[in-house]
Amino acid sequence: MDRQKILEVERIRKDFPILGQTMNGRPLVYLDNAATTQKPVSVIRRMHDFYETEYATVHRAVYTLSQNATRECDLVREKCRKYLNAKNNSEIIFVRGATEAMNLVAFGYGRKFLKAGDEIIVSNLEHHANIVPWQQLCLEKNLTLRVIPINDQGELLMDEYKKLLNCKTKVVAVTHVSNALGTINPVREITRLAHDAGAVVLIDGAQAVPHLKVDLQEIDCDFYCFSGHKVYGPTGVGVLYGKLRHLEAMDPYQFGGEMIEMVTYEKTTFTRPPLKFEAGTPPIAPIVGLGPALDYVGRLGIDRIEAYEHELLIAATRRLSEVPGLKIIGQAREKGAIISFTIGDIHPHDIGTILDQEGIAIRTGHHCAQPVMRRFNIPATARASFSFYNTQDEIDRLVKGLEKVQEIFR
Amino acid sequence: MIPEPQLSRLYQEVILDHNRNPRNFKEIPNPTQYSHGYNPLCGDDYHLYLVIDESGVIADAGFMGSGCAISKSSASIMTTLIKGKTVSEIAALKDNFLEFMTQAPLPASAKSAVGRMAMFEGVREFPIRVKCATLIWHALADALKDYSSGHKSTGGI
Repeated sequence: MDRQKILEVERIRKDFPILGQTMNGRPLVYLDNAATTQKPVSVIRRMHDFYETEYATVHRAVYTLSQNATRECDLVREKCRKYLNAKNNSEIIFVRGATEAMNLVAFGYGRKFLKAGDEIIVSNLEHHANIVPWQQLCLEKNLTLRVIPINDQGELLMDEYKKLLNCKTKVVAVTHVSNALGTINPVREITRLAHDAGAVVLIDGAQAVPHLKVDLQEIDCDFYCFSGHKVYGPTGVGVLYGKLRHLEAMDPYQFGGEMIEMVTYEKTTFTRPPLKFEAGTPPIAPIVGLGPALDYVGRLGIDRIEAYEHELLIAATRRLSEVPGLKIIGQAREKGAIISFTIGDIHPHDIGTILDQEGIAIRTGHHCAQPVMRRFNIPATARASFSFYNTQDEIDRLVKGLEKVQEIFR
Repeated sequence: MIPEPQLSRLYQEVILDHNRNPRNFKEIPNPTQYSHGYNPLCGDDYHLYLVIDESGVIADAGFMGSGCAISKSSASIMTTLIKGKTVSEIAALKDNFLEFMTQAPLPASAKSAVGRMAMFEGVREFPIRVKCATLIWHALADALKDYSSGHKSTGGI
């Protein structure tokens, strides 16, 4: 495909005001998109306008302003449903982000339905947010946590996964795309195998939703989640998808206003999903801001985004491989536009500081995935993660920056 | 206007040399004092070993582990500075250095009080990296915690 025809990147960049900034005297090169993404004008303006002219509480009030705000939030719920191809708006729960979503499943579902001796499977690729809640639940309920190992390319060993599954397996919680290595996992296959064993499946979609097509009816997982701020929307809002029958059977995760039917001092009855899981006043403006973010991605087209970002990945992989001493950690065949790397014994933090002086923002550290680092016997990596607004020129800048790193540490 | 931070003041030649060839980069088998310095944010991870003799003098010092150029060179230079000094002398040096790295504005006297560690002044321009330079000094404070003068600590790992 002709590169120019996939996306008009120069025009897209104008929609993201921050990309026009300079940092330490150089035009900003923002390559920390796996941590969080920048916001288009449409998102910034929508939240601004909403606060200026439309803001009120949702769900409870009889006045017009509140009813309109409620309708705006409902419209975004519908957009999220459509975006993920879920069946029903009641299956879309607004949470603070993917981390809260995973905690909600662990403690709303796991605490109720798992019993001593049951097993939970996670993978060696997980973000701490999809390890620690399960680990804590295991301690509380005397469950066993099992881990799907990975190969040297950073791919799940599916044969090992099959061996781990058994009649005691009750939950399989796996990431769709690894935030540390970029590996895209075969979530449909993972789900099918788990269902055959009688387990429910939670997929962490935080790194997938902004970058590739997600069809929940096709994947058929029981739970799926993402964070708004990684898909060009505001912080403070995310989505947990859950199949309705699970959501109805689960206990609420938090208790308070909004999620009740009737309260007396003796007893409370809870309302139905999704509000059953949305105790308290929700992040109204962030929810409203998530709408134009999904619209923006939808207008560009997720297929075109995927194709363009794949080109960036191929080009960046080739260029970085030519940097002497640079080693890419994670070379999965199916991979998102995330490149984790080390350069000889130069510590990633030194790489990060020197690149920052060149105006290039990358992430350094363990990326909240210490077990991944341990698997490759390294304390940390430098990570460049790309978005549709990044360019080939920015890859050049990154490579030149890395040459400067080597000059200083020659 | 705040002057732009300068890489050349951060990565000085002496600092880079200590990073390449860290001094006293060794485990000491039977230390009288030991501590583990770890920064979970960046993964800098060092073990510090001290041998303090009967008279309270640092007879030997060593460190092992991994981390960035700033943390490693700070550890290397620290071990060279503290050997042969008394516990009270290095405790004062530690306090002076931590002050030197964190006080704003920097008092004129602070620089002279830290001797060769003054080469880390450039790190002050990179606030996120200050903790790299101070990590091993916090580990030193930990190592000295269980030392009471006149009594040899049970120490050990």
